[in-house]
Amino acid sequence: MNTESLEKHFNDKIEEDIRIEPKDWMPEKYRKTLIRQISQHAHSEIVGMLPEANWITRAPTLRRKAAALAKVQDEAGHGLYLYSACETLGVERDDLLADLHSGKAKYSSIFNYPTLTWADMGAIGWLVDGAAIMNQVPLCRASYGPYARAMVRICKEESFHQRQGYEIMLTLCKGSEEQKNMAQDALNRWWWPSLMMFGPTDKDSKHTADSMRWGIKRFTNDELRQKFVDVTVPQADILGLTVPDKDLKWNEESGHYDFGEINWEEFYNVISGNGPCNRERLEARRNAHDKGEWVREAAQAYAEKKSRNKAA
Amino acid sequence: MDTNKFNYILQQADNCLILGQRLGEWCGHGPILEQDIAMTNISLDLIGQARLFYQYAAELQDEGKTEDDLAYLRDAWDFRNVKLVEQPNGDFAQTIIRQFLYDTFSCYYYEALKESNDERLASIAAKSHKETLYHVKWSGDWVLRLGDGTSESHERAQSALDLLRPYADELVIPSEADQKAAEEGYGPDLGKIAELRSEKLNAVLSESTLNVPESGFTHSGGKDGRHTEHLGYILADLQFLQRAYPGNKW
Repeated sequence: MNTESLEKHFNDKIEEDIRIEPKDWMPEKYRKTLIRQISQHAHSEIVGMLPEANWITRAPTLRRKAAALAKVQDEAGHGLYLYSACETLGVERDDLLADLHSGKAKYSSIFNYPTLTWADMGAIGWLVDGAAIMNQVPLCRASYGPYARAMVRICKEESFHQRQGYEIMLTLCKGSEEQKNMAQDALNRWWWPSLMMFGPTDKDSKHTADSMRWGIKRFTNDELRQKFVDVTVPQADILGLTVPDKDLKWNEESGHYDFGEINWEEFYNVISGNGPCNRERLEARRNAHDKGEWVREAAQAYAEKKSRNKAA
Repeated sequence: MDTNKFNYILQQADNCLILGQRLGEWCGHGPILEQDIAMTNISLDLIGQARLFYQYAAELQDEGKTEDDLAYLRDAWDFRNVKLVEQPNGDFAQTIIRQFLYDTFSCYYYEALKESNDERLASIAAKSHKETLYHVKWSGDWVLRLGDGTSESHERAQSALDLLRPYADELVIPSEADQKAAEEGYGPDLGKIAELRSEKLNAVLSESTLNVPESGFTHSGGKDGRHTEHLGYILADLQFLQRAYPGNKW
């Protein structure tokens, strides 16, 4: 088949909602878009371990400590499946990590914000994982098979994390005055960055059109953001917390909440490296990788010795 | 309350908690993603074991206290863990050697504790034993890889072993609580465990090409609440929220 008929075959499959699999022919731009998106997602899982790992040693009860360990471990596991999904597109994990460490590859900007109190463990689960789920559930139907299948598993675990986070918030809000203040402070700090997780507005999003056409993305950034606001505001009401947006109000006519303007200057600043923790996060990842080099070399040297002995 | 049994249970509960806390410090910073997951997993098992022991100790104490009161509201002198588990993570070699020295104790200890005449301890031991079999396999495999890997890994593993060897035997030297537990049949005879453990240690270490330092001096005192300076800092982290906001529910 020539390229033209291959491309037609590919487009027909997308049209009919038939999954694309690793051995199928695909346009180079589709492959590149997937590698960019999946690796960015994998990096986000791995960098995303850091803000929560920050509270593991200080978790306030043994039950919370166990849950925090399990949650961060799940994120490492998500990183693993996503790197594997990427490898089906013909790239190596090591090369993807090199791009993360050099600053070439991006990860979700939300993880460049600090976790300052225990309530942040609740707010991250509730808001950040909540926003992630909104973004990710449609990806379970993404056109690329390995990605869609990885997302099914990830979404199940994320929704468990979200409930766990909300339960932390609920406990704090039923607690002492100080605990309630802690919860409100966390909402104040995480609300806007969570809305930014859906990316630029549709008119400024440069990847949306291609991704929608190829069935990688099913809803636009603004659609998902609106859905998140609509779902989350009533949850804040149950907690008795105030969403930090003076323009937020229910719009009877549209059946949605109207909300205020996002501070896009902050958004672009954090993306370009000026967030509160960009330097620390990347440094922590580089450090782990560099300090682990001798360990990886030892494992490889040992495995080679063993296989030589076996052969001999 | 049976004070001896209470103290005896705390010894192992505190070992699990403090080592689990130490391993948890690695989370997100491991040398290889798969090993980051493995360390977090072992940490999670250890915290789980600690909880079972603390819950039982709190019931025996019968003062309406919980597992968290025992973990979060005692000061260092009341902790009964051995000094080995409070040693810093250091590099990956130091963490592996510490873990291997501990796992070669805990797998035989739990195996023997399954025969305890205290049913509750026997059942905690049965569950924990399965977990420690995986732990000792993991840390043992890494001792082999590091010892017999590259010259750098060998040197790092050897210096970790030299550093930590003097902390290894406190685990098998009976405290007063250990002695009484053995006499009354709810705790095993540590002498037998010491033999089995030393056989396992020597086998793996010699295969790994590491030199086993002459067993000379042994640091002890942890089981009686005399710790290294590290424990105070571990507790400062661990207990921060419970101490800063007394009486709150989390």
